[in-house]
Amino acid sequence: MVERRPILTFFAHATLILGVVMVALPVYVTLIASTHDQARMLQAPVPLLPGDHFLENLVTVLITGLGASQAAPPVGMMLLNSLVMAVTIATGKIAISILSAYAIVYFRFPLRMTFFWMIFITLMLPVEVRILPTFKVVADLGMLNSYAGLTVPLIASATATFLFRQFFLTVPDELLEAARIDGAGPMRFFVDILLPLSRTSIAALFVIQFIYGWNQYLWPLVITTDESFYTIVMGIARMVNVVDAAARWNQVMLAALLAMVPPVIVVVVMQRQFVKGLVETEK
Amino acid sequence: MSLRLTLLAAAAAMALAAPARAQTEIQWWHAMGGQLGEALNALAEGFNKSQTEFKVNAVYKGTYTETMTGAIAAFRARQQPHMVQVFEVGTATMMAAKGAIKPVHELMAEAKEPFNPKDYLGAVAGYYSTPDGKLLSFPFNSSTPVFYWNKSAFQKAGLDPEKPPRTWPEVAEAAKKVLASGAAQCGFSTQWQTWIMIENFGAWHNVPFATKGNGFGGMDIELRIADPLRVKHIQQMADWQKDKIFVYGGREGRSNAKFTTGECAMFLGSSGSAGGFEQAMKEVKFGIAMMPFWPDAAGAPQNSIIGGATLWVMAGKPAAEYRGVAKFLTYLSSPAVQAKWHQETGYVPITYSSAELSKQQGFYAKNPGRDVAVAQLTNKAPTENSKGLRIGNFVQIRDVMDEELELVWSGKKTAQQALDEAQKRGNELLRNFERANK
Amino acid sequence: MIKRVAFDHAWLPYVLVAPQLAITIAFFFWPAGQALFQSVLIEDAFGLSSKFVWFENFERVFGDPNYLNAAGVTAVFASCVTVASLSIGLLFAVMADRVVRARHAYQTFLIWPYAVAPAVAGVLWGFLFNPTVGIISWILKQSGYNWNYLLDGDQAMFLIVLASVWNRVPYNFLFFLAGLQSIPKSLIEAAAIDGAGPGRRFWTIVFPLLSPTAFFLMVVTIIYTFFETFSVVHAVTGGGPGKATEILVFKVYSDSFRALDLGGSAAQSVVLMAIVVSLTVVQFRYIERRVHY
Repeated sequence: MVERRPILTFFAHATLILGVVMVALPVYVTLIASTHDQARMLQAPVPLLPGDHFLENLVTVLITGLGASQAAPPVGMMLLNSLVMAVTIATGKIAISILSAYAIVYFRFPLRMTFFWMIFITLMLPVEVRILPTFKVVADLGMLNSYAGLTVPLIASATATFLFRQFFLTVPDELLEAARIDGAGPMRFFVDILLPLSRTSIAALFVIQFIYGWNQYLWPLVITTDESFYTIVMGIARMVNVVDAAARWNQVMLAALLAMVPPVIVVVVMQRQFVKGLVETEK
Repeated sequence: MSLRLTLLAAAAAMALAAPARAQTEIQWWHAMGGQLGEALNALAEGFNKSQTEFKVNAVYKGTYTETMTGAIAAFRARQQPHMVQVFEVGTATMMAAKGAIKPVHELMAEAKEPFNPKDYLGAVAGYYSTPDGKLLSFPFNSSTPVFYWNKSAFQKAGLDPEKPPRTWPEVAEAAKKVLASGAAQCGFSTQWQTWIMIENFGAWHNVPFATKGNGFGGMDIELRIADPLRVKHIQQMADWQKDKIFVYGGREGRSNAKFTTGECAMFLGSSGSAGGFEQAMKEVKFGIAMMPFWPDAAGAPQNSIIGGATLWVMAGKPAAEYRGVAKFLTYLSSPAVQAKWHQETGYVPITYSSAELSKQQGFYAKNPGRDVAVAQLTNKAPTENSKGLRIGNFVQIRDVMDEELELVWSGKKTAQQALDEAQKRGNELLRNFERANK
Repeated sequence: MIKRVAFDHAWLPYVLVAPQLAITIAFFFWPAGQALFQSVLIEDAFGLSSKFVWFENFERVFGDPNYLNAAGVTAVFASCVTVASLSIGLLFAVMADRVVRARHAYQTFLIWPYAVAPAVAGVLWGFLFNPTVGIISWILKQSGYNWNYLLDGDQAMFLIVLASVWNRVPYNFLFFLAGLQSIPKSLIEAAAIDGAGPGRRFWTIVFPLLSPTAFFLMVVTIIYTFFETFSVVHAVTGGGPGKATEILVFKVYSDSFRALDLGGSAAQSVVLMAIVVSLTVVQFRYIERRVHY
């Protein structure tokens, strides 16, 4: 920094450490909860030190609990479905958005603004609010119980198009002029110049959309009846939704932990590109 | 020539495969998570193993509301399942949708399945029958509120652990002793406050919930929940809060932990919770008894009414598939299957024969108190006020009652104000329902 | 809006926008149109009988005290979450900008709640504050504070604000940190030479330069509180106690899902759509201005 002020530096560290603790607290309690048995979880206050039932709970959640009867899908399959769903939504959104953003920024054509606004006003309307009519469309198209039904309707969102558009506007015009002088056509320019430049934006969007896809709950629940398409977030809901019995907090918490791991890994591993991409795009 | 040969060969292959032809699949959507879901899957599997013609596919569709709305969305897109599990408050909505459902009595008659409505407990079947006694939906998981008490806490407080209070004044007395001795920090709490303290309270004391026999006689009804007895009861509970005789623990089943942790010595809850409590409380013993009543109310105790869910058969499927549905319902009501479901889950046995079978198997001797629910449901022959409830927009009306009761518990309203307001708002919802379903 | 140099091509741009347009029309415009249509009907849940009623559903919605209550709750909730998550995010960013060495480690440990689903965040905090078994409510009770968010509306509101802020701070933190790092060091050094202390420098130089970022984050956070927090409310309070935490989007959901009042709920989603569209237009206009200068 500009000058040394030990007290301020100390204060900065103290604030940040407090922040880290606040951020970690609920997850710590979750982790602890997943190491106890059910009876312990129903006595106040819940423990703050680890117990010795972690492996037992893990076995229950992964193997026996959800999979005891043949009709419940194994957790591994639900994780895989979540992964397929998250990756498809993320890549699908990126693919269609980068193309349409390219058309809108780099081409002059009739109806350009109409198209732009048509895409743009869908920016933020959650699927929960329009679920009944959307369900009907998907059913009419025969896409119930398929990965297409799980993913395609959620790909319709303008966030990615908008961010790509913002990014393209910051790309210097000279690049295009130079490419034209070299005789590059629109697709050449897109593939050879624009796409490599967009790498960080793509990475940032991938993170955002992966998390969005992974965390979907209501949509997969409504459109699947075939258990081979269940996702992990639905699995957790199934464990919490015990109508007349007591919730098994220890197992629920463990499952929540499992469901949290993949998106957290994606965010932490891709952190650098994610931050860079977001900031570049926003500017 | 060769094409024809191939076709012939294919035809032959198909003919050969005919004996093992694909089973007719029956879709069954349900809302049972956790252990109950496993017990339910076992039922479907049992049926699938018992015959080869049909295959019941049990599909979990989320909570009760999510399941019901999912089925409605599916019906609107003509993708409905054969059977859907609907909670009791959805009954009026399903009933009003005449073109969307297939009444169970009709289904059984068309499929010529043996079906004896007389074997079903009156309090259970009555809730889901037309006024002339024809069963509309198939009672599946039914429960009724019962009184739980913590025997260890009673012992510590110097009370007889085997003698539960029978009336509300006795409950208050017991609570005072428990609190004074420090055996627990709260007297009693309750689950599902509207179901227990408003709806079942009415049936148990033989006072109406709504006009026209609680809605059995038509849609043009009005709520009658602000009657003097209920007002007195709710006000009493609010007053009891000051001394912690009563502590509110949240809507639906959120208060369960108040009892399982030993914070409250007494509890009003669904009979279906007994199994879960046993698991959670391990060595701490508790007892199950009938709900308390006000001794000065004429006619109390009457009989309690049920909660839980039934299976509705949806319209628009081929007759051959309905035959499979009928066969499955017959399977579900067989005494052995019913008794197993009842014993595993704590839900009420829905037929007299399965209750009898459970008794013969010595289940009640081993699990004292598990027969209280049936005894309470059949305590007296049901009256107009205790047959059940058929209320349109019931989900919203329950929400309204929940909200108003919470205003009483937090001291913002008196019982009279809150129940008057709940009645007024509820009646508006009833009018909306009447309009939308004409 | 468009590059000074642009391609002219007869069909290529249409091919490029086609996939997105097709999906948007099939899964957004068509269902939204249905919602619009639904909003002028009174219909039973199964769609067996329906009646055209003009704007009666809208009249009913706006005349409903519960709807006005939900609008008020949403306003309180949105402003609490926005103010809290922006100021905490800014505080952390300023602090992280001060420490040089451990900055990256702090960043890693502060951003990951972003990856946690709002629903899961709700479950976690609800568990901590569970009136009977929760560890924090136990501590509160020991110190004599009567914590029961199932009964006290203000406590319930506090809890959903807390869970949402927890979920949202990382995002704001990242943007503020990036914004801080792009401020030229020379500016700050010059001010320091003039004798301005850290506090003064922050308010006179840093903060004004950050205000575009802050505005952007504010709009994004408001949109977040309007929609994505649905699952927090769903998981923690279910809109209660009373109607103390019933936000608009939750009311749309519960009126259509729990109450099966399709017309009323469709009318509400039309109103919501209008709000979002106007918010995004405001934001868009603003960003446009900045890009051009």
